[in-house]
Amino acid sequence: MRPRSSWGQALVLVGPALILLVTVYLYPLAWLLVLSLTGGADGVVGFGAYGRFLESSVYLGVLLRTFRISLVVTAVCLVMAYPVSYVLSRAGSLTLRVVMVFVLLPLWTSILVRTYAWMVLLQANGLLNNLLRRLHVIDEPLRLMYNEAGVVIGMAQVLLPFAILPVFASLRNIDPRLHAAARVMGAGPWRRFRSVTLPLSLPGVAAAGLLVFVQALGFFIIPALLGGSRVITLAMVIETQVVDLLDWSLASSMAMVLLVVTVVLVVGFDRLLGLDKVWV
Amino acid sequence: MSRSLVTLAGVSKAYGRTVAVNNVSLEVGEGEFVTLLGPSGSGKTTTLMLIAGFERPTGGEILVRGESVVARPPEKRDIGMVFQSYALFPHMTVFENVAFPLRTRRLAGPEVAKRVDEALAAVRMSGLDARYPRQLSGGQQQRIALARALVYRPSLLLMDEPLGALDKKLREEMQSEIKTLQRELGITTLYVTHDQQEALALSDRIAIMNGGDVIQVGSPLALYERPATDFVAGFLGDVNLVEGIAAEAARGLLRVQIADGPEVVTHGGPPLAPGKRVRLTIRPERLELGTTEQAGPNAWRGRIREVVFHGELVRYGVEVPSGVVLRVTRPFRGPDTLFARGEEIWLTSRPEDWRIFA
Repeated sequence: MRPRSSWGQALVLVGPALILLVTVYLYPLAWLLVLSLTGGADGVVGFGAYGRFLESSVYLGVLLRTFRISLVVTAVCLVMAYPVSYVLSRAGSLTLRVVMVFVLLPLWTSILVRTYAWMVLLQANGLLNNLLRRLHVIDEPLRLMYNEAGVVIGMAQVLLPFAILPVFASLRNIDPRLHAAARVMGAGPWRRFRSVTLPLSLPGVAAAGLLVFVQALGFFIIPALLGGSRVITLAMVIETQVVDLLDWSLASSMAMVLLVVTVVLVVGFDRLLGLDKVWV
Repeated sequence: MSRSLVTLAGVSKAYGRTVAVNNVSLEVGEGEFVTLLGPSGSGKTTTLMLIAGFERPTGGEILVRGESVVARPPEKRDIGMVFQSYALFPHMTVFENVAFPLRTRRLAGPEVAKRVDEALAAVRMSGLDARYPRQLSGGQQQRIALARALVYRPSLLLMDEPLGALDKKLREEMQSEIKTLQRELGITTLYVTHDQQEALALSDRIAIMNGGDVIQVGSPLALYERPATDFVAGFLGDVNLVEGIAAEAARGLLRVQIADGPEVVTHGGPPLAPGKRVRLTIRPERLELGTTEQAGPNAWRGRIREVVFHGELVRYGVEVPSGVVLRVTRPFRGPDTLFARGEEIWLTSRPEDWRIFA
């Protein structure tokens, strides 16, 4: 049957997604909020759990480390993604397709498999250290695991596609006639890059940064396996609270803080920067 | 024409087996305004890209002041260019856009500001320095693109369908501004368009291109009056094209019999053997209409088949014996001068207004 109004039509189209979002996302989220405000040891409704989280120097340290790791991962991803995206944006369609498969391949591989693969590569007796020792580049094995370096390496590899794709899209969207115009006006390759390509790709870089940073904040498996007990992130603390200590209230408050930070970042990006809208 | 600034000597450009530009030779004199006119796919834009240096010719030479520039990249050719889409930098203000070519030339700040001001004044866009391109109308963007192409006083200005995106009224306004500016600055200009009216209005000379070839080069008047082929005649302005058989040539006059129709008496043309099939053209505005009987050559009876009123002129479709319908354009001189559909009239033309193509 044909819906009579455009509203009815819209509801039919959006309905399934809406039902899914409400039942498996909004409803549990609301419960999370309720849990974070109640269910404390004394059973009082209030911000007690938030207080226990934010007044503890240990937990604050974890929060700071989570942010620090996410920032470093974001920076590493952007620095690695830009040259790849640049080459991709200028590649022929065959090269583009081949390289794109390699960029996306990690996304189709289980994160657990990839993390164990990194352990094989990075551990003290791993492939990388053995190779370097055999080549006499090093005498003692490098500490590449069970520290922040290992976590950053693993997370950057997983998140790299999310940095490459937006930067590639923004580079690809630059009108080639702008380069032609710059060229005919006397601009050499470096000037064309600095004055045209780079500024016009910044919205993509910002979007990539946001995408990587927000995802990195919530990473669990990689820090848990590659960081071990030395690199504790917020997601790991939440897991401990839920699984070992059964402190759902504290876990919920931590999750809410993480969520609020993420939402603030996304909304702030849209409101303040909104770069992709500014220049079109 | 003063001495040649740009010389194309047998320039060709092929992409694989597709020939985009075929053995084109053309000279552009200092200060001259030359237009490449042709339908899409005729090779005119490719020719422009070859001169700008974005494409390398597969044959022939491109000389600027007698020196080959084929191996020189675009950024070293000292060329100004206006693109169809304007290609203004969206992230730069009007001032920064116009200043861009000066900055690549490392001019000092005060000199940059002075030159940008002058260029913006020349295109009547002073005071819009701080705007971004997206805040400007199409016509304003066009002027900024022009200012940016002229501000560094390049030796050659290339324009690729610069008015293509504007509406008719604005286009005509910009045409006269471009022409005035070009004359005042005396800048050598090579202009690409598919709009014959634009080419006629702007150019000192026009090169008509088709299928990668330059068909004919000449002043607008020369091309309009003495087209080398019926393609040129048809592309530049409007023509009636009829086919006929050469009948007799005598005392500089040629008689051509239109199949089942009247006989056309024309002047000269190429020497033709009687019986040869030829094509004849005459422009609609060279045909006369009258109600009284006319004597002499090319006076035919006809019937008005169609009347289209355009304001300053009226277009008629006139059927002559044999069923051929000729288009006739007359200036509108008041309602009492209009002919009505179905009216019997006399159609006359001067022998010298007909062109013959073998």
